[in-house]
Amino acid sequence: MTTRIERPLSPHLQTYRVTLTMALSIVHRATGIALYFGTLLLAWWLIAAASGPGAYANVQAFTGSIIGKLIVFGYTWALLHHLVSGIRYFFWDLGYGFKANEREALTWGALIAGISLTVLVWIIAYTVGGGR
Amino acid sequence: MSRPSSMRTPLGRVRNLGSSHSGTTDFWRQRLTAVAMTLLIVPVIVIVLMLIGRNQAGAAQILGSLPIAIILVLFIIASAWHMKIGMQIVIEDYVHNETVKLVSVMANNFFCIAVALASIYAILKLSSGV
Repeated sequence: MTTRIERPLSPHLQTYRVTLTMALSIVHRATGIALYFGTLLLAWWLIAAASGPGAYANVQAFTGSIIGKLIVFGYTWALLHHLVSGIRYFFWDLGYGFKANEREALTWGALIAGISLTVLVWIIAYTVGGGR
Repeated sequence: MSRPSSMRTPLGRVRNLGSSHSGTTDFWRQRLTAVAMTLLIVPVIVIVLMLIGRNQAGAAQILGSLPIAIILVLFIIASAWHMKIGMQIVIEDYVHNETVKLVSVMANNFFCIAVALASIYAILKLSSGV
């Protein structure tokens, strides 16, 4: 058993002033965690489709309910926000967009694009499927 | 000033352990799977929209078609891998008790593999039409 050495730790969240990029970094992680557990819904849906009409009807009853719709709407936003927010990280990984105005613009862009795309997908969903 | 004879840390020398040269593996795979999903997201959303309002027979027919099944299986593999790495980073950031950390990392692996395999199995079953 190794003895634990008391090394100095880097300061955590509460030490820093809240900035937009920092808040969206937390949102990125939070949406990631939400999507992680949301895959259970996706797996349930696929298994139900493979199982038969009864199982599939159960999924549809859930996704058609108010709570189900809220969860699927939230899942859509989490997915699309995580996507556009992640594309922002590609810019940074490649070494672009680090100036103050650039990183703010990228972050606002991700926030707005995530919401806009979610609304767009749901408008299409309602147009195509007539509200499920 | 004499130059250090080795880049290895004293602790590393004492334990006779050096770098495993795999420090950026997860970083790279996280980006690889992210790019894969960015490319696949539009077809995946189109597939989901195609399924809205259909009953099980209609959904099964669409999900069982070859290009759609392949796109979904690729997306499931990329997302399961991506979320396994992501959740492990979260665990390693916040769970400091070694035992709890070990169990959590293991549970994370089980969860991601189980979800991925269950989803892929469902798609393959629909593809085979059994």
